[in-house]
Amino acid sequence: MDLDIAPADEAFRAEARDWLAAHVPAVPLPSLETAEGFAAHREWERQLAADRWSVVSWPREHGGRDASLLRWLLFEEEYYAAGAPGRVGQNGIHLLAPTLFEHGTDEQRARVLGPMARGEAVWAQAWSEPESGSDLASLRSTAVRTDGGWLLNGQKTWSSRAAFADRAFGLFRSDPDAARPHQGLSYLMFPLDAPGVTVRPLGRLDGKPAFAELFLDDVFVPDADLIGAPGQGWRVAMSTAGNERGLTLRSPGRFTAAAGRLAALWHEMGGTAGTALGERVADALIGARAYQLFGYAQVSRLGAGGAVGAESSLTKVFWSELDLALHETALDLLGPYGALADGADEAPAHGSWADGYTFSLAGPIYAGTNEIQRDLIAERLLGLPKGRR
Amino acid sequence: MRFLPTAEQREFARTLDGMLGASGTPAVARAWAAGEQKPGRELWARLAATGLFALAVPERYGGSGLLPVELALSFVELGRHAVPGPPAETVAAAAFLERLGEAGAAEVWLPRIAAGEAVVSLCAGGPYALDADAADAVFVIEGGTVRRAEAHGRVQPSLDPTRRLARPLGGGVLAEGPAVTSAAAHAVEIARLVTAAQCLGLGRALLAATVSHVRQRTQFQVAIGSFQAVKHRLADTLIGLEFAQPLVYAAALAVAEGAPSAGREVAAAKVAAGEAGCAAARTALQLHGALGYTDEPDLSLWIRKARPLRDAWGTPADCRARVLAG
Ligand SMILES: Cc1cc2nc3c(=O)[nH]c(=O)nc-3n(C[C@H](O)[C@H](O)[C@H](O)COP(=O)(O)OP(=O)(O)OC[C@H]3O[C@@H](n4cnc5c(N)ncnc54)[C@H](O)[C@@H]3O)c2cc1C
Repeated sequence: MDLDIAPADEAFRAEARDWLAAHVPAVPLPSLETAEGFAAHREWERQLAADRWSVVSWPREHGGRDASLLRWLLFEEEYYAAGAPGRVGQNGIHLLAPTLFEHGTDEQRARVLGPMARGEAVWAQAWSEPESGSDLASLRSTAVRTDGGWLLNGQKTWSSRAAFADRAFGLFRSDPDAARPHQGLSYLMFPLDAPGVTVRPLGRLDGKPAFAELFLDDVFVPDADLIGAPGQGWRVAMSTAGNERGLTLRSPGRFTAAAGRLAALWHEMGGTAGTALGERVADALIGARAYQLFGYAQVSRLGAGGAVGAESSLTKVFWSELDLALHETALDLLGPYGALADGADEAPAHGSWADGYTFSLAGPIYAGTNEIQRDLIAERLLGLPKGRR
Repeated sequence: MRFLPTAEQREFARTLDGMLGASGTPAVARAWAAGEQKPGRELWARLAATGLFALAVPERYGGSGLLPVELALSFVELGRHAVPGPPAETVAAAAFLERLGEAGAAEVWLPRIAAGEAVVSLCAGGPYALDADAADAVFVIEGGTVRRAEAHGRVQPSLDPTRRLARPLGGGVLAEGPAVTSAAAHAVEIARLVTAAQCLGLGRALLAATVSHVRQRTQFQVAIGSFQAVKHRLADTLIGLEFAQPLVYAAALAVAEGAPSAGREVAAAKVAAGEAGCAAARTALQLHGALGYTDEPDLSLWIRKARPLRDAWGTPADCRARVLAG
């Protein structure tokens, strides 16, 4: 057992650090949940891609560096430590791309991945429906066979950044007579500006307008945009869900960097150990370190031939609760300044905590609520009997 | 980087687990609590035969070198089986004597510790020594001095009856000065590390026992393990333990390397493992209902240990302060 980083991996880390030091914008970009911020972040994705930093773990032919998972973790640590912008391309990069690597065709990979890596095509996830949140398999939007493709109908909702994104991927019921709700679903990609698609922006809790609902009215999708076999959508999608909850979307670097900033804030404000707030700061540091080390262990297990399975539910609950606790502690530390949102011109540096706090509130809800994750942990990892769900 | 126990490390832990499983540790612990030491000394000898105590003693004194990673993995198993006695204190005392640089005491005690012939307790900071009545030697570190106690006060009733607490009394000063202080800091780090590991093992045992209980206990015509309130509590217990484990491993590695971050890493591991073990005990008690509150079933041995172990060798508050100090 060791935690030693090989010199070649350290060199990779150093290269990333140097690049980030030279390129991370000095002034934070506006929120990527706004039209202006979305455009600025798209430009940032392009810059990352130009030097092959947007998708380091992908094969070179698709714009990556063939980096190992460990290098990816190191890159992410550097990325967040440098205070680099949030990733507007994350839904595509972390959710659709792994699905295409596993279930897509060569043609789909060649066509979709390059523009995704360069931020030219930003993807939205169209899974949830007004009546289908936790019980996603009950979804009602349909895909009906037509000449050379499919016709999509129905309504999707709470689609992150779909108000400004270019394309979407989602699940549709293609066989209404299938024996179980999980069967007879198909996984399809479609442009958000296709005829028949109406995008209606929804404000989020923080008022930012990038959330959206989608209305689909006889939207044509060619066969080439079906991922996996017809009727196999659930299986295909669930391999993506593991990514969303597990390693990729919520990389440890995000939390180690945030906990480091929290500790710095606490020291700056003259905090004393032994106080309730001090203990919470310590717990944030401990939690972030635990999550980082869990990531190293996970990478080691994968390297030894393991697979990410139900343990992605462990990480989901852990990071979302850590994120929330960490930001709540920051707001408590800031006292009256904790109430200032980003954009306030007094104490501007503090606004980013409020922004992070509002975002952290969503963590226990999206990517499968924490209640559902706890069920999965109990049933799949502890072997408890299935109850009514 | 390969942040996973090696095949040999896993095998060693498995051997220990198998041996302890076959040793009837609950009965040993109950005897120990009653002041009857023979079964405990026999178990001690069996532990020594696996090479456990040699892991805390350098080769020149008949050990296999101070191996913090192997020690931590072993103490997870000791915690899993609720092994009574002062094994944590003994390995910490070994680390102390070795680091002190006083050949005398080291020559006397280290070979005996490695061979499992000596049960040694160590008292640093607190008023009580663990198992002073059973130990062959009790070292007391206080304000830059170390002495070997000559006697002990009355054994005080304790929250965990298998942890026998008494004041160490008397004894002349063996050494003093900065060497004592630095050796003591090292010993506390070792004690804290292996206690954290014990908390982790204890929590694992409590979780496993509780999972098996809720699968077979039925109420309202179904297994209580199918109720969501029950499931979620167990899921949280697993999360606590799963994320404490890498902290314990990393702390052991940091100690092994003498890394400057070792003190902080060990403190972080102790907070996480101590709290996870305690939470596992509360969950176990709650989900076993009144059965959990009953002394007779052996589960009570584990439940009673959780809180004192969480506070031994650094309360969560002490350890959190250490983490903040950087
Ligand atoms: C910020 C944000 C971004 C999102 N982005 C996207 C996106 O890009 N694409 C997309 O498709 N979706 C997205 N979502 C939607 C998200 O996937 C759903 O919110 C989620 O699946 C939960 O569904 P729901 O909101 O309908 O809650 P519901 O399923 O109605 O649940 C409401 C409450 O009841 C609880 N509950 C429900 N069933 C059970 C049960 N069996 N046991 C115990 N408790 C239960 C839930 O845990 C929750 O607390 C996003 C959501 C948020 C908040």
